[in-house]
Amino acid sequence: MSGTWEILHDHLGKALWDTCTMVGIATVVGVVFGTALAVVLYLTQARLFTPNRLVNTIVGFAVNAIRSLPFLILLVVLIPLIQLCIGDPYTPAGGAIALSIAAIPFFARIAESAFAEVDPGLLEAAVSTGAPLRQIISGAVFPQALPSFIRGIVLTVISLLGYSAMVGTIGAGGIGDLAIQYGYNRYETGVLIAIVVLLVLLVQLIQWAGDRLALRFTH
Amino acid sequence: MAAIITLDDVSVTFHEAGRAIEAVRHVSLEVEQGEIFGIVGFSGAGKSTLVRTINLLERPTSGRVLIDGRDITGLKGGALRDLRKSVGFVFQGFNLIGNATVGANIEFALRAGGVPKARRRERTRELLELVGLAGKMDSYPSSLSGGQKQRVSIARALANNPRILLCDEATSALDLETTEGILALLKRINTELGVTIVFITHQLEVAQRVFDRVAVMEDGAIIEQGTTFDVFAEPRHGTTQALVERFLGVAIPERLVPQLPAGRLVELRYKGDHAFEPLISAVSNRHGVAVNVLHGNVEYFGTQPIGTLVVLVSAIREGQRGARDVEAALDELRGKVFGFQELTDAAVEDALGAQYSGGAHGTGQGTTRREVLV
Repeated sequence: MSGTWEILHDHLGKALWDTCTMVGIATVVGVVFGTALAVVLYLTQARLFTPNRLVNTIVGFAVNAIRSLPFLILLVVLIPLIQLCIGDPYTPAGGAIALSIAAIPFFARIAESAFAEVDPGLLEAAVSTGAPLRQIISGAVFPQALPSFIRGIVLTVISLLGYSAMVGTIGAGGIGDLAIQYGYNRYETGVLIAIVVLLVLLVQLIQWAGDRLALRFTH
Repeated sequence: MAAIITLDDVSVTFHEAGRAIEAVRHVSLEVEQGEIFGIVGFSGAGKSTLVRTINLLERPTSGRVLIDGRDITGLKGGALRDLRKSVGFVFQGFNLIGNATVGANIEFALRAGGVPKARRRERTRELLELVGLAGKMDSYPSSLSGGQKQRVSIARALANNPRILLCDEATSALDLETTEGILALLKRINTELGVTIVFITHQLEVAQRVFDRVAVMEDGAIIEQGTTFDVFAEPRHGTTQALVERFLGVAIPERLVPQLPAGRLVELRYKGDHAFEPLISAVSNRHGVAVNVLHGNVEYFGTQPIGTLVVLVSAIREGQRGARDVEAALDELRGKVFGFQELTDAAVEDALGAQYSGGAHGTGQGTTRREVLV
């Protein structure tokens, strides 16, 4: 039992930090680029804006292509690319890149559906005021989509947390790595249990905070 | 009076699942500066599509839209946005930004209109005062009633001082009393601010109250147009007649019918000053017949009345002479009114049949509505 505490004491802080950085970076990258793609998807298929079937199909295909790979396979495919970029792929930085690439199309679809939920009547009204596209997106579409958007971010963070454990299995660090290395390979069941409890609590906390935030922006 | 809006042979065709749907077919009409122009028709007639061509929410497939004589059909980009600032649009479903305050909803339009930030709040206050919602600036739409939401959307539509206001079924989602308030507000905007209004509706009570002129639409085409009174007093087209009949339609108290004395049942319709002539008593005296009024109704279109009466004309004298009296009385009535229709037993039974055989239908109302064309 004392072994468990020692392991946790020595490694948990760093593992948690690595997980947080990987998931944090991937979430930010995913939300920024995913939103950008979502805006392109949304605008190119909305009749009132700039319908463009070609662009919509190409972007949609790219998004689907990445999404159709199970994360573990995407990870394996990405390893040479990450190697090319930063040298050693088996680091938190390497993990962050892999997670980011998975996060972008994932969030793109979530954000697109959040935009698509916005009442078309509201769009007509916004267009009728003579507002430029940028204002319509920022002033009408975005505020309406914001609660769904926030819930989408929560979903993304939680999914990325799950993926980060897989990144851990190939040695990129984080609490997944810790659980596999000590909890599984060295039969330290206590470590495994501690990490399971930690993950459950973490996910609950994220979900709770996200729901509250989403509610705050719903009127 | 000059035309502020001219639609010149406008058609809109949608392509859906490989099928072409002609929503608007070769519509030409002119809306004059300062009037309230109505477009009525049953739902699916293409009214909404038509009105959307005026600010190019819908682009005509062919034909031209002119505002102040200027062809706007091909406008794009900044020029199109400028046009939209000068044309307000009020929707049936209000279409407010739910997650933005009332003030922010109006400021959205002001920002679009290039009103500097410092001026926006002041102008928003003015607009809210105009529509009777002073003090609601920081409320969210979800806390407002339907009528209040529509007032906000009217304020938003007026934000950039448009010369034209397009209303698409703007009162159809509201109850009768709220509708009255919204119509009064629109009328005031029309007279005080001189805003030309184009109003789409299927509600004739709206048409009757506020429209100066009206066009009737069916299957994407205008089938009749003119002053509201003329169109509704003497509807020429079947659809217009059906619309008018549905509105003026006669209700004979159901329980009266079995007890009616012998006689001839006629529906009379008269318009203008004739509505006030003591026609019934004159006919009754002159021909020595009894005239029983079963139903009476006067509706005003603007300031002009259209009256509907259902009367039962019965003989007082016996036999042949009595029948001749009734015939003469009916002849005189026929000559004096502009709508005359004898309700045969069959017509009455037709009207009532649905209720007697239909069971639940209509029993709650205690009256029956006849759908006979004038």
